[in-house]
Amino acid sequence: MPILTIDGKTIEVEKGTTILQAAQRLGIDIPHYCYHPGLRIAGSCRMCLVEIQGVPKLQIACYTEATDGMVVFTQSEKVQQARRAVLEFLLVDHPLDCPVCDQAGECYLQIYYMQHGLHPSRVREDKLKRAKVRVLGEHIVLDQERCILCSRCVRFTEEVTRTFELGIFNRGDRSVVDVYPGEQLRNRYQGNLADICPVGALTDRQFRFRTRVWYLDQAKSICPGCSRGCNIVVDFNVRRGYKAGGRRIPRIRPRPNPWVNQYWMCDDGRYGFGWVEGLDRILSPKLLENGHPREIPWAEAIRLAGAWIGEAAREKKLGVLLSPRMSNEEIYAASYVLRSLGVGNVGYWAEPATPGDEDDLLIKADKNPNTYGARLITGVPQEDHLARMVEALSSGAVDTVLIFLHNLEQARAGRAALETLRRAKRFVFVGTNWNRTAAAASLVLPVTAFTEQEGTFTNFQGRVQRFWQAVEPMGQARSALSVLNELAASWGIPPLPDNAAEAFARLASENRAFAGLSYETLGDQGQTVRASEEPGVVGP
Amino acid sequence: MAQVKIITELFEVEGSHRLDVYERHGGYQAIRKVLADYSPEAVIEEVKRSRLRGLGGAGFPTGLKWSFVPKQTTKPKYVVVNADEGEPGTFKDRYIMMNVPHNLLEGIMIAAYAIGAHTAFIYLRGEYVRPRRRLEQAIAEAYAKGYLGESIFGSGYRLDVWLHLGAGAYICGEETALLESLEGKKGWPRLKPPFPASVGAFGCPTIVNNVETLSYVPHIIRRGAEWFASLGTERSGGARILSISGHVQRPGIYEVSMDTTLREAIFDCAGGIREGRSLKAVIPGGSSSPVLRANEIDVPCCFDALAAAGSMAGSGAVIVMDDTTCMFDALRNIVHFYAHESCGQCTPCRVGTGWLRRIMDRIAEGRGMPGDVDNLYSIAADMLGRTICPLGDAAAMPVMSFVEKFRDEFEEHVRHGGCDLQAVRPVRAS
Repeated sequence: MPILTIDGKTIEVEKGTTILQAAQRLGIDIPHYCYHPGLRIAGSCRMCLVEIQGVPKLQIACYTEATDGMVVFTQSEKVQQARRAVLEFLLVDHPLDCPVCDQAGECYLQIYYMQHGLHPSRVREDKLKRAKVRVLGEHIVLDQERCILCSRCVRFTEEVTRTFELGIFNRGDRSVVDVYPGEQLRNRYQGNLADICPVGALTDRQFRFRTRVWYLDQAKSICPGCSRGCNIVVDFNVRRGYKAGGRRIPRIRPRPNPWVNQYWMCDDGRYGFGWVEGLDRILSPKLLENGHPREIPWAEAIRLAGAWIGEAAREKKLGVLLSPRMSNEEIYAASYVLRSLGVGNVGYWAEPATPGDEDDLLIKADKNPNTYGARLITGVPQEDHLARMVEALSSGAVDTVLIFLHNLEQARAGRAALETLRRAKRFVFVGTNWNRTAAAASLVLPVTAFTEQEGTFTNFQGRVQRFWQAVEPMGQARSALSVLNELAASWGIPPLPDNAAEAFARLASENRAFAGLSYETLGDQGQTVRASEEPGVVGP
Repeated sequence: MAQVKIITELFEVEGSHRLDVYERHGGYQAIRKVLADYSPEAVIEEVKRSRLRGLGGAGFPTGLKWSFVPKQTTKPKYVVVNADEGEPGTFKDRYIMMNVPHNLLEGIMIAAYAIGAHTAFIYLRGEYVRPRRRLEQAIAEAYAKGYLGESIFGSGYRLDVWLHLGAGAYICGEETALLESLEGKKGWPRLKPPFPASVGAFGCPTIVNNVETLSYVPHIIRRGAEWFASLGTERSGGARILSISGHVQRPGIYEVSMDTTLREAIFDCAGGIREGRSLKAVIPGGSSSPVLRANEIDVPCCFDALAAAGSMAGSGAVIVMDDTTCMFDALRNIVHFYAHESCGQCTPCRVGTGWLRRIMDRIAEGRGMPGDVDNLYSIAADMLGRTICPLGDAAAMPVMSFVEKFRDEFEEHVRHGGCDLQAVRPVRAS
């Protein structure tokens, strides 16, 4: 394997490794625009030029393979001059409209100019005029004057989505990125274009002008939009909350994970998280009488729920429906607490998937983040708990129900079930947002959204992945884990730790599929459950 | 040495473009000899010994290029003829294709046999309408005689030749841009390596050779590598066809041995500078090669000698300028060309060519500013050697050499917005 030296540091790399990759491993940042690890190498921006001992011309680090004994300089005078020149060229026709540009703060023209440029302008010519606001599709708008023609976006539509909407037209300094005539972006991964654009040329129509990026903080998380479980970053703004009408999360972005989502996420997930701060969030426990909600204190709510559920459990008249939108820890806690109470059938229900609503890239038809985990933890694979519950309610075998997180109205089977549920004597709903299911309940307990707590989901591959808390719970919402623990305490059952990490440790110690896993070993990118422990289900 | 007649020997013969005339004058003997007596390796060896170099501009040793094609491969191999003659000042390939298209076809056959290719593409400059007709006619004649097709000359060796028209982009003369264009894509040069010899047209091993280069191959086979090599210098074998244009008495193409000096070419072949004028400057190898002053032309027109003189032999396009030439206008014309033809892929070339053009236009409009000449030079220097293909260099080198050698004229334009020479012969902007 080749051993090379970069700026005096030596490293051994696998054959085929480029200088840029080797440098990254050494912590040496070689500036680049057109290179993106998820795309074919274009080698055209010329920003990553480096000097190699014995080679007369500067070479591009993104394409040149490391060879044994190679000596590379990334900071020599020649290299610095070449970088300054490329930056100067890129800025010749750049409008320099940073004050009104949404990319400001995460723009690589700004960043590299401060790091490698800092040259006075020699441009005395008029700048070329191009299209400023070209709407390319539902989510993306293009400013051709800011574009540096790195072709990342074009390659993305060619290689990742394979939808071929974008091209570079004309040649020389008349070159522009655009959609093909009569086309517009049609793919379900458009949001990634704004992510990969290193400058302010492609911006996100939903996100732009909502906040300056330097007010944002980041939390690592998992997209709950489908069973893929794309790794994401939640960008949240708690420093200038008043700027966005109280909404703290202006955007989520993909976080690279080679096992799950590479560098991407779909638009359904990216733009589908509005519910976490929707106006329909349940902000306090509610007691419903004749459909009219009345706010009650948490202590009262726990006392009521404890009494109703406890009584029904004793009389064997309790039906429980968990949700594959709950975290592993919550499903485990619910199973543990309710089984300790003597409830036999603790099951979950997943809305039936829409056939065909998936692709071979990321999108999965199962729109729940934790169906696999629910299956592993409850130990009941494919039983239709909703139908059984409806049947039991109709026959009078059950008169009290406890339902987590569902919005039954979204599925046909759920809509039918809802009619029966309305007739239950007591109906406790644990959820985040108001919906027709919550409205049918007699007691509503507000719990936190995924952005307000930590936990883990198990994706369709059986990969257990952590998500971290970004913001404080909305209103009086509490984590489902703590709600279940308080109920347990009211029944005299020893509660689980309120801390998700410890609850997970308990799960791992009891469930063989999760054996050996802990929050520490899961890390940022998750780990796979022991597939052989899966109860009677064929893999993904 | 000076003028020779090798490829151009038949140019004066009536009907030299016809198969029968070509064959009557010794044509298609080389390929028969090759098919009968030569192994592919022997052909490559012969071409190597002839010291034939790529006459499209880069001057890469032809035999060496052929030897890079992998022997053991399951993929088809291709011969691609670069007939996209686009370097300003160059018009030799056009004459070859007009006068002796069968000479080119014979060269293609030998090259194809040498690398084991059964398909050849001629990528012809789209504007070359008459050469296209001549080539189509010649290819049809060759197929009719069985010189192309399933079994060429009855040897059992299959070879098909396809004519493909370019669409008018200078960049498609760069071999990898040419291949992209041939494949139906936008003519953007590829990153190298891999070189076309391993991954060329349609992902298969390919050699790309200039029309003139291939046209010398039958003569080398016929008369021997030693004869060809002896015509030239130590590292550049044989002869080449110069396209001499500009302020000379007899502009045109002249086939000369490689050791012929520029002075001999201009004064002996082309009849010297036009009446009553004196030589001012020479661009020796097409518009991208650095300019030479009048006192710098005692240099052989072979690749190494011109490189040593700080210029390039390039495509052999000798552009001669007399003392009426405004060097600012001459350069502005060149700069406009490269700004128009840059493919736009690499940052330095895309922006640099256009920026140079705008600066020169501004100076031409009388809005020059102090520092402009230095900026022209350093912008060009920032483009040099920093791009995927040599177009960036091609655009930068004339700017740097013109400014180095005729700086006073540029300063005068910046100060006065023009010069006396410009008044003599105004140059059309753009």
